[in-house]
Amino acid sequence: MAIAALVPASGQATGGAGAKRRGGWIAAVLLLPGLLYLALFFIVPFVSLLLTSFGINDPEEYGAFYYGFEWQNYVDVIVEYWPQFLRSFWYALLATVFALLISYPIAYFIGVRIRERKMLRNLLLVLVIAPFFISFLLRTLAWKQILSDEGPVVGALQFLGFMGPQDHITGTGFAVVFGLTYNFIPFMTLPLFTSLDRLDKRLIEAGGDLYASPAQTFLRVTFPLSIPGVISGTLLTFIPAAGDYVNASQSFLGGPGTAMIGNVIQSKFLITVNYPQAAALSILLMAVILVFVSFYIRRSGTEDLL
Amino acid sequence: MAATGFGDSGADLELDGIRKTFPGFTAIEELDLVIPAGSFFALLGPSGCGKTTTLRLVAGLEEPTAGRILIGGKDVTAVKPHKRPVNTVFQSYALFPHMSILDNVAFGLKRRKVADAVSRAHEALALVELDHVASRRPSQLSGGQQQRVALARAVVNRPALLLLDEPLGALDLKLRRQMQLELKAIQSEVGLTFLHVTHDQEEAMTMADTVAVMNRGRIEQLGSPQDLYELPKTGFVAAFLGQSNLLPATVVSTGGGLVTARTAGGIVSVPEERAVATSGEITVGVRPEKLTLSGAEPQLGSTHNVLGPGRIVDASFTGASTQYIVDMPGIGPITVFEQNMVFGAVYSAGAEVWVSWRIDHGFGLDAEAKAEAADADESELDAPAADDADGEAA
Repeated sequence: MAIAALVPASGQATGGAGAKRRGGWIAAVLLLPGLLYLALFFIVPFVSLLLTSFGINDPEEYGAFYYGFEWQNYVDVIVEYWPQFLRSFWYALLATVFALLISYPIAYFIGVRIRERKMLRNLLLVLVIAPFFISFLLRTLAWKQILSDEGPVVGALQFLGFMGPQDHITGTGFAVVFGLTYNFIPFMTLPLFTSLDRLDKRLIEAGGDLYASPAQTFLRVTFPLSIPGVISGTLLTFIPAAGDYVNASQSFLGGPGTAMIGNVIQSKFLITVNYPQAAALSILLMAVILVFVSFYIRRSGTEDLL
Repeated sequence: MAATGFGDSGADLELDGIRKTFPGFTAIEELDLVIPAGSFFALLGPSGCGKTTTLRLVAGLEEPTAGRILIGGKDVTAVKPHKRPVNTVFQSYALFPHMSILDNVAFGLKRRKVADAVSRAHEALALVELDHVASRRPSQLSGGQQQRVALARAVVNRPALLLLDEPLGALDLKLRRQMQLELKAIQSEVGLTFLHVTHDQEEAMTMADTVAVMNRGRIEQLGSPQDLYELPKTGFVAAFLGQSNLLPATVVSTGGGLVTARTAGGIVSVPEERAVATSGEITVGVRPEKLTLSGAEPQLGSTHNVLGPGRIVDASFTGASTQYIVDMPGIGPITVFEQNMVFGAVYSAGAEVWVSWRIDHGFGLDAEAKAEAADADESELDAPAADDADGEAA
């Protein structure tokens, strides 16, 4: 096929350029495994996805398609799924903001307040990472149990009169954002911690010495100096959250009205087997995130910090 | 709210019965100190002596375990650092790396909502001759320039009290001399009260009006640099500030304003008013440059002490003077500085010499002086390494 001829050629071109820049064949040899890996597992699938997104569905055979240049795929998915797109970015944005609000104090406490108490610090860091010892799916399912209509949370809220007998938590946008926030907190906390851990405490003292109240010192000294951590944390949260299809799935925390774009892509690929549309959605998601992220980094003026 | 006690003149600082303990050790045993407004006061001591802790207590970065701190007569013991009329020039400068030099200097003024913060910041930068780098970032400046920015950032606020925490420690010798002069000039120009913490005795002596020598959480002695040098009251001060020859002795008689004592190498006297202890076991001290060497036994009468003969074991030429080590029987090595009035050393190793000094140049210390002096020499030796530890712990 055309792809087969195209891809190795582009891989070699990249390898040659890299070798010339670094100078010397040792660098080229050292780079080779990584370049091969990227070529095989990033460039090939990407080109394949791009070609698929312009494909034409075979009317004769369910799930089959021809390669072609069908722009209409993009138009169709935008017209049909723009609400899910918007919802994805809205949920991801909310989850990012909540994760930042929750993670910052944790990271500050571990990285600045108890910096000298190494034992406690290591213990808390392990606790931040501890959720990773249990599968992401299992943890999300556990939350489904906890938040379910028969679970303790709904029971307690109904007993206290905050929820009516017909109200639910699971299946709502709240539950999805809650799940996203929960799942991405470690990804937010760790970069923030790394950034705050490097903060020179004497600068905080200097702030106080120069008549800045603790709040002013935080706003003018501590927070600006932790911006690199804030940027990487928010990116590490926002990008996967926008494409997430687990939390919003009806098998987990989502409901009929909470589908995110990841859920649409999943069902297009695995259920309705409309590969061209699934591919077009994936490419669009990637493109939108790329634009968002570059705009975000440009705006925060921190290109050099990443 | 924070604007109490600011003005164009300094304020008194009074430390009243200050004690500070950290888990596991006592940084300050007991400290009573009054620093009059407008003076340049130096706290001098080896690392770990409690001088940095004292400074941090005044700045409000640490809370005293006991005692009160008064600035301009007002009790500020419980006042938060950002409300104290005090500014610090930190040892590490602690400039804000994400702000321009100008923003760094204007920071304090802006927090206090001073109207012409920017123009005042420019003035302060002009004072340290750095206005041309106002728009740069701290990382683009040399160490000496950063130090001057740190100074401008503190001085611009016209604090009642300026605290300097070994601010010249990181500079090379030449820049250090230059900054010492600049600091002194700024102090007399703006009339602030300066509290300078340092382990560099030369720096303390050249800059300060009053020096307090601290050791193990206490002030050993306080006075003008000259008083401290010429009349040390403890073995620690005698050895930490310059060099001293300390001779253990037993008092044999007192009278006529003199204390006369027997050392293992002969009888010596010190004026009674220059002696801390006047009976029993004492230590007689004398500075090396006060000593005179003679090739024959000098006939000087009752105004001088004479020891000898001893043997020169080492003569080292140091430019303006020659440093001799004389091995005095029964006493051990005695250090003598002789000015080079002729070319080169007058005595060579192995020569037989007598050592003499005017009685009123000596000083008398108590019996423990020699042991305390050893303590001072030791702490001076490990000062650079332990210095960081001091900063960290504080």
